[in-house]
Amino acid sequence: MSTMNVKFAGLGGTGVVKASDVFAELVFELGYDVKKAEVHGMSQRGGSVASDVRYGEKVESPMIPDGEAQFLVVFAEDQIPVNEAALKVGGTLLSPKDIDVSKLPSEKALNVAMLGKLSTFFDFPLEKWEKILQKLFAPKFHEGNSIAFKIGREG
Amino acid sequence: MPSFDPSAKKMLLSGNEAISLSMLHCNVQIATGYPGTPSSEILETYSEIGGYAQWAPNEKVAAEVALGAAFGHARSVVTMKHVGLNVASDVLYTATYSGVQGSMVWIVADDPGQASSQNEQDTRNHAKAAVCPMFEPSNSQEAYDMVRLAFQTSERFGIPVILRMTTRVDHSKSIVQVSDEKLEALKPHFVRDIASRVMVPGYSKPAAKRLRAKMEEMAAWNSAEGPNRMEMRSTDLGIITSGISYHHVREAAPEASVLKIGMSYPLPVNLIREFAAKVGRLVVIEENDPWLFEGISALGIKVEGKYDPIYRFGELDVNRVRRILAKDQSPEPVPVKGRPPALCQGCPHRESFAVLNELNCIVSGDIGCYTLAALPPLSAMDMMIDMGAAIGMGLGLRHVLPREEAKRVVSVIGDSTFIHSGITGLVEMGYNRPSTGHVVIILDNSITAMTGQQEHPGTGRKLDHSPAYKVNYGEIAKAAGIENVFEVNPVKEYDKMKALVKEALEKDELTLIIAKSPCILALKSILAWDKANREKAGDQK
Ligand SMILES: Cc1ncc(C[n+]2csc(CCOP(=O)(O)OP(=O)(O)O)c2C)c(N)n1
Ligand code: SF4
Repeated sequence: MSTMNVKFAGLGGTGVVKASDVFAELVFELGYDVKKAEVHGMSQRGGSVASDVRYGEKVESPMIPDGEAQFLVVFAEDQIPVNEAALKVGGTLLSPKDIDVSKLPSEKALNVAMLGKLSTFFDFPLEKWEKILQKLFAPKFHEGNSIAFKIGREG
Repeated sequence: MPSFDPSAKKMLLSGNEAISLSMLHCNVQIATGYPGTPSSEILETYSEIGGYAQWAPNEKVAAEVALGAAFGHARSVVTMKHVGLNVASDVLYTATYSGVQGSMVWIVADDPGQASSQNEQDTRNHAKAAVCPMFEPSNSQEAYDMVRLAFQTSERFGIPVILRMTTRVDHSKSIVQVSDEKLEALKPHFVRDIASRVMVPGYSKPAAKRLRAKMEEMAAWNSAEGPNRMEMRSTDLGIITSGISYHHVREAAPEASVLKIGMSYPLPVNLIREFAAKVGRLVVIEENDPWLFEGISALGIKVEGKYDPIYRFGELDVNRVRRILAKDQSPEPVPVKGRPPALCQGCPHRESFAVLNELNCIVSGDIGCYTLAALPPLSAMDMMIDMGAAIGMGLGLRHVLPREEAKRVVSVIGDSTFIHSGITGLVEMGYNRPSTGHVVIILDNSITAMTGQQEHPGTGRKLDHSPAYKVNYGEIAKAAGIENVFEVNPVKEYDKMKALVKEALEKDELTLIIAKSPCILALKSILAWDKANREKAGDQK
């Protein structure tokens, strides 16, 4: 298979890196070669953050070349222009507009809801998603995450 | 809690996590350093997975501690970001002469593209100038493996070794397979050997000669057995590369033959000659300075470098490598600017700089979260160069400016930065007093915030947040001859802070103001660490 590229983007403190960690860990456990890149740094202070996940038989560069992302998942609409160049022609853009944000148990759960939305484009087993979410989040978040993930899938 | 299970055999790890795990598997006895993006997580993770790590006041002290440990036949690590090596370079340039008896690895992280650094300097220049062997991993697996190789090399040749990282390799995640090859713990002990460790000219002149001889030997070893790889495919195009650039190259030019250099100092000269003879067009692809290019050109080999100076700046990526290979001179696409970072809502630095704006100060600044105050809307800092510089630069201005202007100069420095290299500035202030006096403000938010909330000697807690002696800034100042010392909370006592600064500016005296209010983002953790420490102390009573 050729390399699959999924870019996550948003503002610092909104769980961009966490979401990409979940997705990367998922495809790792499914047996793919995986690379994930992001620049940390000042992101905590509300600046733009983006994280690239690439998987396939063999992945070389950890960074998605412009125009090669099959998916761009943004957590804030104003981050679309900043990251659009990554998207492949005919690629899929997902933003909070694609889900029913008003139903979320908390604003913090948006990243998991976006993962729920993303999950509808892959035929990875749902138990696997659930398992990784439980592995990477503290127990107190598990219930809210399950709800958010479902809302994302339904949106 | 570590973010991975250190007992697993195969994991998705960042380069920094892979280094920490390898340090554990190499039985590193002491690991020290000073925080700096992108290197900071190495020691934190090492401590979390059970290794012994400590923060030093600055990189120089850290390097000296690690060197002393290696003189005592231990295995030691020192970590820092690229600019940290400027501070510690005085140690490195003579530690290569003395060599080590245990082993010592310097993990130095460069930041091509300046994701969070004040410059884009290239550590490879230091390695060459200090005559220090250097490894350059391309991914997390190599970072894991090269830590072990670096120790083996350090022990075999009796010399410190640099592991040169870059932001992408530190922070990208890729798969790591744990090795069965573990290094037995060394047994620290002391053997007197004055001639090899006291670097007076009589002993260091022969040491310099020994060092050059070691390098000859290492270069031959590197060509024959070093962590380099010649991958022959089409011979029309041959590419010499190292670090993360290797992966960009493989993706951009999958048909090209590649010489991947894993140990870049001393260069594997014979291997490079062999590769050059096999291919038609020969190109070097590297980030930062044209370092490999110059080294290979100096061998008399005809090689292309980054033909266009624009590629000297910023990180490389797959598309940029394609452009370099195609000699594409058209302007690069300009990326859309994202939202810049700003001081957090509720950050105590906001008030401190609001005071300085109200009083129309000339602000000699320093590095930390508070440097963000230089940007609009505050625009309240006039200069920032390197850690600790706030005090010295402020004094320089005070000495030369006309009185009216000199009276407006204030030096502003963070608490971690003050410990790092502000103390000597304070000593200078007491020693060479400007006639108009001077005012220094320590922004004491009780943490090293900028780099992700690390402890330091002024927080009263060690790297693992257990209790430690807490440095008293005011007492240091008094001992250095600073007559006025005040502490004030810039958030809760804004007016008092303003009055204090105003008064201090009017006097021709020396004043230190400690603006004390915790980092809002770290507050919850600080309270939890202190509570845990109090409870533990209670239990022991
Ligand atoms: C020589 C050197 N070492 C490390 C760094 C990375 N660094 C930048 S600012 C900083 C410390 C900031 O802490 P502090 O002074 O307490 O300010 P705060 O961020 O908490 O406001 C560090 C470690 C650097 N720029 N230069
Ligand atoms: S992290 Fe702390 S010091 Fe830095 S901007 Fe936020 S509140 Fe201020």
